[in-house]
Parts: sequence; C-alpha cells; structure tokens
Amino acid sequence: MKKWNMIIDVANCTNCNVCALAVQDEHVGNAFAGYAEEMPKHGHRWINIERRERGSAPATDVAYLPTMCQHCDDAPCQKAAPDAVKKRDDGIVIIDPVKSKGRREIMEACPYGAVWWNEEKDIPQHWIFDAHLLDQGWAEPRCETACATAAFKSVKLTDDEMAKRARDEGLVQRDEGHDTKPRLYYKNLWRYDSDFIAGSVCVQKDGITDCLEGADIALSKGEAIIARTKTDAYGDFKFDQLVDKGAEFAVHITAEGYQNEVRKTSLEGSIYLGDIALQDK
Amino acid sequence: MKLKAILIGLAVLFKYAKVRSPEFRKRIEGKNLKVQIKTQDGKKGRLYIFKDGAVSSKGGVHDDADYALVFKTEKIAAKLLTPPINQLEQIEAIKNFLFHPEGDDADGTWFAQTVMAATAADWRDGTKMGDGVTRYVTVTNGGPLFVFVKDGKILRTTPIEFDDKDAKGFTIKARGKEFTPPRKTSLSPHAMNWKSMVYAPNRIMTPMKRVDFDPNGERNIQNRGDSGYEPISWDEAFDIVAGEIKRMKKQYGQGAIAHSNGSHHNWGNIGYYLSAKIRFMNAIGTTEVHHNPDSWEGWYWGATHHWGNSLRVGGGEPFGTVEDCMKNAEMVVFWSSNPEATNGIYSGLEGSIRRQWLKELDIPFVHIDPHYNDTAQMLGGKWISPRPTTSPAIALAIAYVWMTEGLYDKDYVATHTHGFDAWQAYVLGDEDGTPKTPEWQEAETGVPAKDIRALARQWGSKKTYLAVGGMGNTFGGAARNPTGNQWPRMMVCLMAMQGLGKPGINMGNMQMGVPHDFGFYFPGYADGGMSGDLNHTGLAVSLYQRMPQLASINPSTQKIPRLKLPDAIIDGHAEGYLWDAMRIEGQFKKFSYPAPGHSPVHMLYRYGSSILGTLSDVNRYVEMYKHPSLEFVVNQSIWHEGDTSFADIILPACTHLERYDIGEWANAGGYGAHFNSQVNHRVVAFQSKCIEPLGESKSDYDIFAGIAERVGLGSYFTEGCRDIDWAKRMFDASDLPQHISWKEFMKKGYFVVPTEKEELRAPAAFSWFANSTMKTSPEPMPLPGDYTETFGKGLQTQSGKLEFEAQSLKRFDKDDEERPPVAKYRKSWEGPHIGDTGIHYPIQLITPHSRFSFHTQGDGKDSFLNDIKDHREMIDGHYYWIMRLNKDDAEARGIQNHDLIKAHNTRGAVICVAHLTERLKPGVAHSYESSAVWAPLGKVGKSADKGGCVNLLSPSRTQIKQAHSMANGLSMIQIEKWDGSIEFDREIPLTTAQGLNAEKEAAE
Repeated sequence: MKKWNMIIDVANCTNCNVCALAVQDEHVGNAFAGYAEEMPKHGHRWINIERRERGSAPATDVAYLPTMCQHCDDAPCQKAAPDAVKKRDDGIVIIDPVKSKGRREIMEACPYGAVWWNEEKDIPQHWIFDAHLLDQGWAEPRCETACATAAFKSVKLTDDEMAKRARDEGLVQRDEGHDTKPRLYYKNLWRYDSDFIAGSVCVQKDGITDCLEGADIALSKGEAIIARTKTDAYGDFKFDQLVDKGAEFAVHITAEGYQNEVRKTSLEGSIYLGDIALQDK
Repeated sequence: MKLKAILIGLAVLFKYAKVRSPEFRKRIEGKNLKVQIKTQDGKKGRLYIFKDGAVSSKGGVHDDADYALVFKTEKIAAKLLTPPINQLEQIEAIKNFLFHPEGDDADGTWFAQTVMAATAADWRDGTKMGDGVTRYVTVTNGGPLFVFVKDGKILRTTPIEFDDKDAKGFTIKARGKEFTPPRKTSLSPHAMNWKSMVYAPNRIMTPMKRVDFDPNGERNIQNRGDSGYEPISWDEAFDIVAGEIKRMKKQYGQGAIAHSNGSHHNWGNIGYYLSAKIRFMNAIGTTEVHHNPDSWEGWYWGATHHWGNSLRVGGGEPFGTVEDCMKNAEMVVFWSSNPEATNGIYSGLEGSIRRQWLKELDIPFVHIDPHYNDTAQMLGGKWISPRPTTSPAIALAIAYVWMTEGLYDKDYVATHTHGFDAWQAYVLGDEDGTPKTPEWQEAETGVPAKDIRALARQWGSKKTYLAVGGMGNTFGGAARNPTGNQWPRMMVCLMAMQGLGKPGINMGNMQMGVPHDFGFYFPGYADGGMSGDLNHTGLAVSLYQRMPQLASINPSTQKIPRLKLPDAIIDGHAEGYLWDAMRIEGQFKKFSYPAPGHSPVHMLYRYGSSILGTLSDVNRYVEMYKHPSLEFVVNQSIWHEGDTSFADIILPACTHLERYDIGEWANAGGYGAHFNSQVNHRVVAFQSKCIEPLGESKSDYDIFAGIAERVGLGSYFTEGCRDIDWAKRMFDASDLPQHISWKEFMKKGYFVVPTEKEELRAPAAFSWFANSTMKTSPEPMPLPGDYTETFGKGLQTQSGKLEFEAQSLKRFDKDDEERPPVAKYRKSWEGPHIGDTGIHYPIQLITPHSRFSFHTQGDGKDSFLNDIKDHREMIDGHYYWIMRLNKDDAEARGIQNHDLIKAHNTRGAVICVAHLTERLKPGVAHSYESSAVWAPLGKVGKSADKGGCVNLLSPSRTQIKQAHSMANGLSMIQIEKWDGSIEFDREIPLTTAQGLNAEKEAAE
C-alpha cells in the first residue's frame, strides 16, 4: 500500500510564507465536507514557519522550519478520540469536522502543537495534506505547488520504500521523543537544530592587520580531534552540525610562521570566537 | 445598397446578441434610447430602438431619434461600418471629420459600446472545471493566477501549472550540468493573498462624500482626515466631480486640477495607470504630479553619467547574464541586493530557483548589507555589514587595493574607459591628501580593514559578478538613501576596473537576464496602452503603429515635483528636476511650480495607493490636505486606507479580478525594459473579470468614462470601446494571433511564449562593448543621435566609453560638491556617526521595501499577510508593524522581544513591536517601508501612529540639491519602550527639508 509522505528541505525554506498563504487561500471561507470546516481568517497557522537565528553578528545565520500536522502513524490525536479522528489507508490523518465538535482533547493530545482550536466552530483543525484535492486527482498538495524553492516534496510510497529513501537521503523525522511515527521527513534539519563554533584568524605585519587564509584549524572534544578545516580568504572558519549542548570544545589554530593558538569554549548555543590574532614565531 | 444591408445586418446582430449573450441582455435592460445612423444629406439611414430590454429597428431617417451618428456620405458609412472594423480607418475618419455625433455624448458612448458588445456576443472566457467551478486567469504584481470561481465567488487562487501544450522552458548548460525551470509560475506572498484583498472589510463599496463637505456651501477643509463619510449614488458622485472639474477650469483656468497616483497599480495594459488614467487626465487637462525615478534614484541621477543607459534609468543591460554567470563567474558579490525579499519586481519568486542553481554550482557569495538579509539567509557566504549610507567608502577602499596591488584590468581601463587618472588621483589621495585605504574606510563604515582588503584581493583575482540592488544591475537598496547618488556611480567604476562585459565579469543577481525570445511582440504596461499619449509613454515607439488610437495631449504643461507636493500646496511654489530618461542631459532640466501663466492647484485627483505609507516625512501631507487652497480632493481607490480619509469624495474602484484586461507577466515596457527577463517563462494572459465588481464598485475605466461623459468626452475617452474591446485590440496588435486564436486565448486564459533556440540567444550584456564590436544587444537604445561617432558603436557617454570622470557632469556643473564629475565619498546629511552620548537620534533606521506586501498592496486590509510572523504581530487586538533591532540596543533601553516601542525623531513618532535580532549590528534598526495602515492615536498629525507608517520618520530632503530624488531609505531615530503616551510635537518646519546629522548635532 502506497501512502503519502512529505519531505521538507530546511535548506530550501526562505520564509516567504507562500505555503501558509496557500493554506489560508484554500480554507478560509471554504468548507470541505468530510475533510475540514472553514479555517478562521486569522490566528491559525496550519503551516507554521519557525525561525532560528544562530550565532551573533557578524557570524550569524538563520534557518526556517515549516511545521504542520505530521500525519503520524501512531497519532496521539487519534488515540485521544478514535471515533473522531480517522487514519486513512493512504496515511493521511483526518479530524472529522463534525464528530470532533467540542473535543479539545484532540488538540491537547498533539505533542507538536499542530492542531489548532477553532473557537467559533468549537472544533480542532489541522493541515489535512490537501486530501480533498488529492481525492479529486490533484497531483500534490498546494503548499508544494506554491513553493518556488522546492522546500516541499510529497511522495506516495510504501513504508519500506520511504524508509529506504529516508536512509539514502539522510531524512529525519522530528518526533521530539514522542515516537508517534510522523509521515513528515526533514532534510538538512541540522540548519535548525544544531550549533556551530566559528572564528576569524588574522595576522599583523608592519602595523597592518590582514586575514589569514589557509590556517589549519582543528576542533577537539575531550582528548579527541573531531574535525579539521582551513580558514578561507577572510580568515574565517566554521565547525557546524554540533549537537552536544554544554559540551567543552577546543579550537586549535596552527599556521606556518606563527605561534599556535588554542581557544576553549563550551557549546552554549552557536559560538563566534571573534578575531584571533596570531603572533609571529 | 451596401449601406442598407449593413444597417439591417446591425439590427440582426443586436437580436442575435440578445439571444446569445446574457451580458448584452443586461446591458440593454431598462435602457430606452433611439439611435439614428444616417448620411449627412439625410437620405439614407436606419433607426435603432432600445426599449424595455428589447431592440428593434426601422429603415430610413426619422426625426424622433435621441442620438444620431452622421456620416458624410453613404460610401464612407458603408466602409466604416463593414466588419471587421479597421481601427486605423476609424481613427482617420474621426480625425478628418468624416462622421460626427448629434446628441448627448453619454448616449453616443453607450450606443457604440453596445455595438461592440453585440459583436462580442459569442465571446466566452474561462475553463470549466466541473462541479460548477470555472477557472479564470489574471496577472498580478507578483505573478499570474488561476482564479477558481464558484457561484460568483472566488473559491481559490493558485499559480499556473503549465500543460503539455504549453511551450517548453529554456535550458542552461553550465559546468557539466543542465538547468531548466519548473513548469509552473510562482507567486510573491502578496500575490498569494488576493482572495483576502478582494474580500477585504475595508473595500469601498459605494461612492462616498465626507459628511461635512458641501460643494455648494461649507467645505470644512480643516476637517479632512477627521470627519466621517456617507454613501452617495454614482450619479451624485460623478456630478460633483465633473462639476468641480468644470468649476476649476472656469474659475481658475488651466492648471488648477492636479492628479497624483502611486507608482504601481493593478495589473493589465488597459486599466493600468499609464493607460486609461493618462488618457482621461490628458483629456480634461491637468497638472502632473511629476514622479521622481523612485525605484532607481542614484542609478538615474548618478550611474547614468558613467555608463549612459539613460533609457534604462541608469541601470545596466540584462541580456544573457543568467547564463554567463552560471557558466563563467567564480564569485558573486551581493551589494545592497536582497532579491529574496524584493524579488526584483512583479516577477513572483522566479529568481529564487536560479539563485539556488548558483548554490548548486558551489559559487562563493559575499553579501554587503547592514542587514543579514534574506538572500544571505538562503545562499550563505561572507556577510560584510557597513553602517548604512557608508558603503561608497568601501568601494573606494577596494579600488585603492586594486590600484596599489595591481589587481585590475589595465588593458581594459586603457582601451575602454575615460578619466581613470582623475579617479586614481582621488582614490590614492593625491588630490585631497587622504588615501582611501581600507583603514580609512573602517572609520566610516565600521567594517574591519582586513575584511575589505581580503574582499578586494579575492575580487581582483576571480571573475566576479557584482549583484547590486533589487535587479542585480540597478534598483533600490542603497540607491535610495542620502548617499544613494554615490553608491551606484562607484559600482559602475569598480566594474570598469575589472572589465565589464568580459565572460563572468558583469552585473547581475540572477534576477534579470533569462534567455527569452524578446522578438515576440507583446507590449508592456508602459507602452502606452490606450493612453493615446505619444509623448509620455512608449506608445510612439512601441505600440501606436500596431494599435492606432486617438492621440491625447495634456493642454497643461504645469508640473509639481512629487516629493514637494506638500510644499507646492502649502507654500505655493516648488522646484524640481525632470525624470526625462530619453537622454543623459534630460535630468539637468529644472522646472518650477507654478508654471508661467498657469493657475496654482486647487483640486487634487488622487488615484490609488497610500502616500502616507510610501513617501517621505509624511506628516507634511497631513497638513497639505488641510490647506485652505486645496478646495477639492477626490480619491479613487479600492480600499479605504491611508489618505483616502482626506478626500471630499471617494470613488470606489474594483480590483483587477473584477474587470477585463490583458497583460504580460512582469512586462513593464519602456518603464523597465526587459523586466520580463526576470520570469522563467513569458506568460501573456487574458485577464478575466473573474467575479462581478463587489458592491457598487466599478473598474477605473468605467469610472473615468462616467466622468468623461459628463464633460462631453465619453466617446473620445472610450473610442466606443469597453475595456474588453481594448483588450481585443491589444491582442490583435501583438504577435499572439500568429499562435493562438482570440477565443482560445479567452478560454484558456494564457499563452506561454516559446523560447528561442540556444544559438539565437542574445549574448551577455556589454560583451559587445568588451569585444569592441557593433552593439549586439537587442535594445533600441540609446537614441541614434546619442552615439558619439558611429551608430551602434560604444556607450551613450560623451567618450563612448565607461567614464570614471563623467563628462556630462563636467558640462553641467563641475563644481557641484554633492555630485562632482569623479564619484567621491561625502558623509550622509542624515548622519550615521554615532556612539557619543547625548545625541538625540542615535539609531540608523533602514526602511527597505516590504518582503511580503507590495508597498501598501497586500498590507492591512485584514488580509492574510497580517498573520505572517515577520510582517505584523497581533498585540492587544491590533496588528502592529515590526521594527527589528540588535539585542544590545534593546537591552540598553530595557526593551524585550515583542515589546511595543516608540520610534521617533523630530518628524514623527510610530509605535511598533520590537523584534530582537543578531542580523543587525548595534546602532542599526530595520523596518519595512509602506504600511498601508495609518492610525494616529490622537489628533491627526499631532500624535504617534500605531499603523506602522515608518515614513513618518524619513527625510524629505532630496539626495542632492540638483536632483529630484528621495532619500527615505534611512532615518536617524531614537527608540524607547512605549509608555502609552500618544502626543507628538513636531520640532521642525513642515516644508523645509532637513537632514539629521548626529555628528553635526554632537559638535554643536
């Protein structure tokens, strides 16, 4: 049985919000019987883009993370109200707009905050994977068509095929330890949930400070060197995809003709070590 | 005999149309009118009788007609009335008085349009999708839309997904890979927002009159902006506006009526402001509120003098740059260029995928911008963050490194440039004793000298694309701040040192320069449309030969410089410089208001947009509207927002989803030549009237026609056509009929222009110049007489070369310290030099274009955009505008994330919500210009605004004195946590433009 999955590439999301606008365009003022009641004009974000800034000026970067109903195979919302939440054969979870009336437990059950409460209609609501359109023969959900940077890719695969694809492409599910078996997969999630250690190396000659390109930089954690890199034309280096929050790291700088330097830091968020001036040997 | 048959045929056509066309039935419903067509000798003719929804006719000439169309001879009548109608013959006949009307102009207009409606009885638009849904097409300022309609209501709007019959897109082969764009169009956020804009609660649904405005009695001008409105009928509204037009001309004479519109409008070549509005305003005789080149500014007033390109308003050629960059560039330097936010213009998000291709090709990027902007976010790379307004100093330091380390193209400089010695003498300090070293720039910009030295060395040794402004080779950014004149000049000079036009060495940010078949003719919005204006649009050059129409010429030559409209009204005089891009020297022409022998302005016809969100130091406009000399203000607008609340009469226009039009995506015609090279597929659309106009709103076209009829100009304005008939005329005038029939075009709604064979693509911009050949770029510019030696050889400059020392400026005013012939760094008069305590306004606020709305279009209106976290934020029931500031600045002021803050200076005060960020250095804040919402907390003009009009804070001073240029990209401000106070006292005079130079203030 082939089922729907959604692959989201964090590196391709630029925060244009056209996907979220497409959801509003589709659902505000429109009710789709059996699928979804009208979405409130404001306040709901069935596709919700989260932002994370890393580092500090001038060594900073920003990632955006589109989040939405993950259409979990082990969906807490369904457990909370099996009569009102349906898991379709194609993997899509539908909260019945009629049977769910007044059932706040459906919203409260979602560990990801992806179910929204419609005060006016007294129902929980979510992103329905555009099941109403797929059932009419549309090829893909609207967020995917609307995205100009290919951040979304919906695929209809067997679970085995999807598991293989996830392995091959390094896709990860973001279940935050809840083990709900989401049908959303993320690519390049490290842009959002990891940290970096960066710095800039410079040297002085005749009273002039210059960036030092090509210096050897090693990153150690405990006794072990875990990564190596070289400085670029601006003397900049960056070790990324670090996940050990609070861990102690050391950056070792060596360059021919200059004295070695070491900088120690603990990973409290992303770290910019600033300018590191090497002294002549 | 022939005429008789034709006249009977017309009667049959009416009956046929009545059966076939619901629209025709609706049109004649309740209309009682007898129209006679006859020959001037009164011998031949036929009478057409419209009565109670029926139409009949009688042969012969009758004396009970309400209106008559009189042809000189039977032969002329037969020729002109024989279908298909030949527009050129019609125009010639009108011009030469071969027929004339007898009776009321409104009846004549109605009858002619009814004939057109009858001929169109079989036209059907839209594609049936089943289940009662019809899919229509329109084009917006941010991409074309499929509009799905059910039961007269918009169900959904989507991008266009091409079908198998649509032409294939281009393919670019670069570095062993092939790239081709997706088979769909893309939409900007504001374009994916139209459903909520159409059904916005602040749509104006009926004509309205200010409650305390009496055109025949007390006008209560002082209450504008404070008073409420009452609905009136269209007849009443038209009568008042037409009555005021007549009174102005009779009481004051030519010039008394001014008209003012924004820089943009709803898409479509007929309804666009450069089309219908121009014809109307020319027809009644008006004072033009003369625009500054708002998107270009420094490119026009500065860069033009170094490389010509005046007809591109000082920007560069776009041709072939996408392909050249992908194939040959080794680095891209984005400099005040954030295409991921501004998306060039009109083009949806089409450039994004191409920039992703650059990333895929692993080309390194540098971003020079005070803000770690959206393009840097997407692409990554080195971020260099100068203090706003200072980056010309970086350019000089780069040139210094190149000169002292020999990192420039000496041969190219020797053969392709003029005046290098003068530039070198300034850069090295031989002239003024100050070498423009990287260390020198550090003091100005705050950017470490080592970083600039590294950049200069990298750039000097790699083939580099310089990506400047929104378009990559022009537009916005730093060109719109107080030093905006210096920056583009220096960008051209840097390229002149590196060999502009050599493979991989050019200007572009992948926004323009897609390889299209530019030989396929479809006009853009500035190509004249139905304006009839051969002098101020592209009509004479581009369209008139293909779409003959009655010429329109404005009897008034009076102009008001737009940025000084308040000064003109309040002080009674103003001076400016022309936006005349035909030639380099056009901009040197100074003009004054009032023009000799013209009446000062006493009536303002406002049309669309909101001045209060978009122009500079906008509290001035509040006072202008309340000035007693401004006796009448009419505002024609879709939404009740911004300065509509200062009008005496409000005319409700509908959106372009509620009227017919025709247009090509992103094709601006001569306004921005080849802007359609931003989109991945050229898409031309029949723009359907997807739904009926909401409430009593009308199309701009019908509003103008309604007023025109009351001054006897209805037939002249319409030429007997409805908007859809003009759309058909434009279809016929274009190359479309060679590919698609009108009926198919209406039904499908769009046509994708086939791409050209790879070998026919235009070569990269300026490659002809670099290669010293005849010009190969397919652009009809500059003017033939603007080539110095041989037509087609060299640039538009006096030397025909890139000029480091601009001879046009030498000729104009060689001693102008603000704009000397050699581009020099001069500190901003709205000062960046901060750090001393005791300075009132230490924060540099940059106000680029909004990422999510299109200026005011899309913002406010209770639209979907309000929910975007980076657009507005709801606090205590109000959607506040966002201001971003560095965490250190916030901490020093006790401001936390999401706090309400007051941003203020001597010009105004705005309440915003604070977003704390590391994407700005301390001392710099960021907020988008163009709030549509203007919401003074207390007395109008004397209180803080909680709408988010940050242009209340921006300087109105022109960048340089000898120009008409806005500098409102930068304001010096103070920020504090909002204590709830609402009062604001302006400290400086309204009409004397000043800069806030913190350094000067500190010294004093």
